[in-house]
Amino acid sequence: MRLVAFDEMRPHGNGLRQPYAGYDGWLQTQDPARLTEKMEDAERVFRRTGITFAVYGQEEAAERLIPFDIVPRIISGAEWRRLTQGIEQRVQALNAFLDDIYHRQEILRAGRIPRELIAANEAFLPEMIGVRPPAGVYTHIIGVDIVRTSENEFFVLEDNARTPSGVSYMIENRETMMQLFPELFQAVKVRPVENYPQLLRQSLSAVAPRGTEGSPTVAVLTPGSYNSAYFEHAFLADQMGVELVEGHDLRVVDGHVAMRTTQGYKRIDVLYRRVDDDYLDPLTFRPDSALGVPGIMDVFRAGNITIANAPGTGIADDKAIYSYMPEIVEFYTGRKAILGNIPTWRCSEADSLKYVLEHLEELVVKEVHGSGGYGMLVGPAASKAERETFAAKLKAKPSNYIAQPTLALSTCPILTEKGLAPRHVDLRPFVLVSDRIRIVPGGLTRVALKEGSLVVNSSQGGGTKDTWVLDD
Amino acid sequence: MLLGRTANGLYWMTRYIERVENMARIVDAGLRLALTRTDSSADEWASVVMSAGADQAFRERHSEYTADTVSDFLLRDVTNPSSVLSSIETARTNARMVRTALTRETWESINEAWMTCRRMLAAPIDQRELPKILDAIKRETALIRGAFHGTMLRNEIFDFAQLGIYVERADNTARILDVKYYVLLPSISWVGSSLDNYQWESILRSVSAHRSYRWVYEADYKPTNIADFLILNRRMPRSLAYCYHMIAESLDFLADDYGERHVCHGTLADIRAKLKPGSIASIFDGGLHEFLRDFIRSNNRLGNEVAENYRFF
Repeated sequence: MRLVAFDEMRPHGNGLRQPYAGYDGWLQTQDPARLTEKMEDAERVFRRTGITFAVYGQEEAAERLIPFDIVPRIISGAEWRRLTQGIEQRVQALNAFLDDIYHRQEILRAGRIPRELIAANEAFLPEMIGVRPPAGVYTHIIGVDIVRTSENEFFVLEDNARTPSGVSYMIENRETMMQLFPELFQAVKVRPVENYPQLLRQSLSAVAPRGTEGSPTVAVLTPGSYNSAYFEHAFLADQMGVELVEGHDLRVVDGHVAMRTTQGYKRIDVLYRRVDDDYLDPLTFRPDSALGVPGIMDVFRAGNITIANAPGTGIADDKAIYSYMPEIVEFYTGRKAILGNIPTWRCSEADSLKYVLEHLEELVVKEVHGSGGYGMLVGPAASKAERETFAAKLKAKPSNYIAQPTLALSTCPILTEKGLAPRHVDLRPFVLVSDRIRIVPGGLTRVALKEGSLVVNSSQGGGTKDTWVLDD
Repeated sequence: MLLGRTANGLYWMTRYIERVENMARIVDAGLRLALTRTDSSADEWASVVMSAGADQAFRERHSEYTADTVSDFLLRDVTNPSSVLSSIETARTNARMVRTALTRETWESINEAWMTCRRMLAAPIDQRELPKILDAIKRETALIRGAFHGTMLRNEIFDFAQLGIYVERADNTARILDVKYYVLLPSISWVGSSLDNYQWESILRSVSAHRSYRWVYEADYKPTNIADFLILNRRMPRSLAYCYHMIAESLDFLADDYGERHVCHGTLADIRAKLKPGSIASIFDGGLHEFLRDFIRSNNRLGNEVAENYRFF
């Protein structure tokens, strides 16, 4: 099966699309050899600043760089406005859904989502039933993965409503581009992304618990320097000017979470945690967790700390729930979803399972709880043997899987040894929800560096690009 | 306001950077001595290992003291926690942990030093390359120091980092002196042979003081002057008195900032009382070796008290 993809710079080999006009004008005047040099400069910058990520199970390459491509991915102002409307609608629905699902469960009563999908779901936290976080916000930071298939078609691939990562790359990619090509930013007006940390701090401060005295104390909770996203945790804490804490720095003192400082314990009002739910509180969740804070859930339930994102938000971005997102958006916002979903077969349903097994060679099959591109099958790219092995897993536990058509993800050129060549991309804009919704114009563009590959995950050989939203 | 864990990370980050530099200098001095004296270079290399405080661990790994075994063990053996390679790794791990407390320049200089050391020390050392490698290590740590001093705000972050530097440095200088204390004892060594000259110069070279010694004392090497220079001279940046002057400065700033004095401040005063100018004769009277042993113990205690008083854990 051969997919014809929409190229965002030169669709179907024809003329240049308007958003790329300014960039292309600049590109035509560039010496190819100089561009290759710049590519190497970029790698040196990333190495030196230590923008690396750890890959689990690869001892040798314990710290790797995510490859960076110097050709920007460009989105026009008009395209961006449309996307943000869809994103805003979606994150409002996600928060309304979370509030409902942990309280009255109207959506279940209305029969729009099957009850068993929630009750039997590991991502649903019974501990959150009846708990309303400060200001009623559950998921504060969301990374909505969006793919494009044509001039006007955008789909949401995934709602990352737990602890989405990658925002530091959005900022560092821009920083690097501005260092490498200062003149380019004079020629093309690009909307800035570097104020994201300030927006994040404002957004988090705005949902501090009631009764916070003075300006709220915010901290970032990291699992530690061996975590694959540690660079990002440190980066965000640094840029926001707040403390980067680990579980053993914290304890519950007088009904509040406090951090141990050189002068004793100091209260924390808002905790931006980059630790999974399971590890957050050994007294409530996994008892063997050394990454969390014993008793933090009691403080949370008492309304004395804001945890961003709140525990239990995973039920909103669960892949089984995903297939119901169009219904969810409509149920809570009263309007049709502006951004569509990709058609999804739930393998838990007998008819769907049958269809999926019969069409494995054209589908992408994913684990319901998987992430990072692990444990998925890209049918068209897999061998017959791989498909057969996967079919066996699928039959053994159908409810663990969903399937989607293999989409012809749009492409964007990257710089290769042989000049520009198209590669498939996706887009993760970052959305902040608190007193209002804040979206930085841009996001993380992930790109599959291997020719023809559709897997953009950094753990699977994907790279990143600077993402431009034009000020037009 | 600083996290206790961050203070701990800063303290050990700078201790290990200081250790990297000291290791390079000790090997450098040993190399010089081995080149100058041909008859018993094994003894010289053995005392290099002792100066590095790593004799026991060395003997578990090697049976002979040679240029190859010693430089390998002190520079690139990752089973030796104080080797240059281990120390720069530990320093960087700590720097990564306290990344938010460092300026970009400081972090990048540490990260680059780590990359350079790992590259240079990846393969066994060719002895012909050793001088070049030692120079490069010293240059990397000098760059870190420059970035650190040139860009860091003088606040509590700076103070905890300073404490790490000078506790480690004082320990290092005291150890170097103690390993060679016998060549400084007037009764035994004042024979004026060229052998002693080499030994004395080696001591000074281990702390990069062989040239500055002459500026200060304008004379030939004399054991009491060498000891005075490295223990009591307040203008010599690797002397015990200088280190304690700097430690006192940082601990005093912390006491002022936090409005609180701790047990470590008392220990500090005790140690400084023993480093009074002009007291070198009485140090020799009481026994140089005993003085140094006592100092190393007190210095350790101070480090532990700082950790406890400022809630490192």
